[in-house]
Amino acid sequence: MTDEKVLLMMGCPEVPIQTSIALYLSHKLTNLGFDVTVAGTTAASKLLKVSDSDGYYAKKLVDLDKTMEDIIEKRTDFDKCFAFMHNDAGMTYAATMSSISKAKIYSIVFGRHAEELAQTIEFDCEKIVTPDVHNPVRLKNRLDKVMEEIAK
Amino acid sequence: MSCIEQMKYTILLERISFKEAREYIEKNSDEVYYVSPGYKIFKDYYIIGIPPVAVGSKGNALVFTYTKPCHGSFVLSIENEDSIKEINRLRESEKEKGTDSVKKAKTPESSRASTASYQDLWKD
Repeated sequence: MTDEKVLLMMGCPEVPIQTSIALYLSHKLTNLGFDVTVAGTTAASKLLKVSDSDGYYAKKLVDLDKTMEDIIEKRTDFDKCFAFMHNDAGMTYAATMSSISKAKIYSIVFGRHAEELAQTIEFDCEKIVTPDVHNPVRLKNRLDKVMEEIAK
Repeated sequence: MSCIEQMKYTILLERISFKEAREYIEKNSDEVYYVSPGYKIFKDYYIIGIPPVAVGSKGNALVFTYTKPCHGSFVLSIENEDSIKEINRLRESEKEKGTDSVKKAKTPESSRASTASYQDLWKD
């Protein structure tokens, strides 16, 4: 068991695999003993909430901008942050997180332009990059390996 | 929803990358200041951005980036009593740091030279 706090930072939910991977990661990391919080935009949060209406997989669901504000104002912080991104704005949010938080950042870069987007990342992070849009299996498998390392 | 969305603002550029937004501010402001991501302006807007985050002034208007997860980055301009206060706060902050705005003259030569020098300042 660990008392480490993990933030899953969801961006725009336009690319379908984000919601399923967020639920999967939240559940797996919770089972590993992490204190998991999922932050999202209004739309991303609603997708997650409808998919997991009893909060079985994502127990703590919060607003993304409010969470950023709380970190900036030093009301909270995290040990690890998985930042979802498939566009420049998602990468910009992750860069901000990297600057304001002590968390180790894992950049989950997905979608059709994943490779190009990953190349624009300038902040210190571990990159998990797959150009997938609809099929989450390859990204899930990559994240399984990351979680194996984290659990050691 | 931040206070920005309830204020009277002008959209100068929309749905662009953050880098493009920064470059626009650097090239089109009278004065350019660099702040950390999360810098708070107006009542409750914390700037989301990739360092160095540029904030400009044009006359009495504050020119800044605004990033939305689904829509990309915007360059917004707000001119009111609060924008004057924000510009003065940036000027004071720079004085305390012993630096100055990147750009005070509008000649292309001065903006190019000063932008480069301020990038170096950021690295320090």
